[in-house]
Amino acid sequence: MHELSITQGLVDAVLDRTGERTVTAVNLRVGALSGVLPDAMRFCFDVVSAGTPLAGARLWIDEPQGLARCRTCQDEFELPDLILLCQCGSADVEVLRGRELMLMSVEVA
Amino acid sequence: MPEHEQLHVHAVNHSHQHPHDHEHPHDHGPGHHHQSPQTETISLEQNLLAKNDLLAARNRGWLAGRGVRAFNVMSSPGAGKTTLLVRTLADLGERLRAGVIEGDQETSLDADRIRAVGRPVIQINTGAGCHLDADMLRRGLDALDPETGSTVFIENVGNLVCPALFDLGETAKVVVVSVTEGDDKPQKYPHMFMAADLVIVNKSDLLPYVDFDVDECLRRIRQVNPRADFVTVSATTGEGLAAWYDWLDGITSRSDTSRSDTLTDSLTDAH
Repeated sequence: MHELSITQGLVDAVLDRTGERTVTAVNLRVGALSGVLPDAMRFCFDVVSAGTPLAGARLWIDEPQGLARCRTCQDEFELPDLILLCQCGSADVEVLRGRELMLMSVEVA
Repeated sequence: MPEHEQLHVHAVNHSHQHPHDHEHPHDHGPGHHHQSPQTETISLEQNLLAKNDLLAARNRGWLAGRGVRAFNVMSSPGAGKTTLLVRTLADLGERLRAGVIEGDQETSLDADRIRAVGRPVIQINTGAGCHLDADMLRRGLDALDPETGSTVFIENVGNLVCPALFDLGETAKVVVVSVTEGDDKPQKYPHMFMAADLVIVNKSDLLPYVDFDVDECLRRIRQVNPRADFVTVSATTGEGLAAWYDWLDGITSRSDTSRSDTLTDSLTDAH
């Protein structure tokens, strides 16, 4: 359940910037290959934000799917998991998208 | 740039211009005020692990400054981390001037086993926590106070999931998998094996009794991590430990061999 400490870190990072202002929405980007479950973060967010200026804020999570490029054949393909294997047989694969774990922005009143 | 990268461009005081390619899960009916004119959007664009990564970078600098090597040892519960460390300390503890930072949810049982070998040990109990983070290591290092040029083994909480995401500032990550767990672990827990600098297959003395194919395990590791080193040992009988000790001898205190920075870069660049 690393989502709990990551969500605690999220709330701390937001409060560092927004202080006492009421936060109405938080925008995240959590890639499908990041190792973090958006649903678990949503669950933790309500608990962690309670009693802070983030309480009741909407949590928007953009969830980019995995995308990879084979360095051998240059093919780009969807990557559903972290098994780095191209159809051409090469394992020299670069992950282009899907590992994001980002706090993008917040909306404050 | 990937073609369906979402742009969350938020002008200050704009009326809602959230360019979504997904549906809003909430109602846009009358009376719904979504972002009033008073609402301000503050762009942050930072890694969610930024604070941990900053503390890890400080640890890395602190370790490099003292010429101390720190090995973050991770595995599922019961893979034999403590047995491996006890054996390693008994064989090399004096030469490496090694100390140990033990992470467990509760008890000091593991620390007691290390202390019995006569090496300094600090126990960190994480309580409900499932992993060590860079701040916990900071406190562990302060308490252990390792001497210049020594070696620190960090025994992480037994867990193949959570510790993989938290850079501690260690010199290298060592993942232990035992032959009683099955050779498909690398694909089930790809984040952990992807992060590894060295994978140790432990309990090789039990290979005759279990359905574990060492070559198959290595093949599966290669599918998620083409560059990790790999050794097979039995911490109980001592078989194969020479290769582990040789690996330890080959790792200098310089932290530039760690790929944690690379992972952070890729996370940051990927957006």
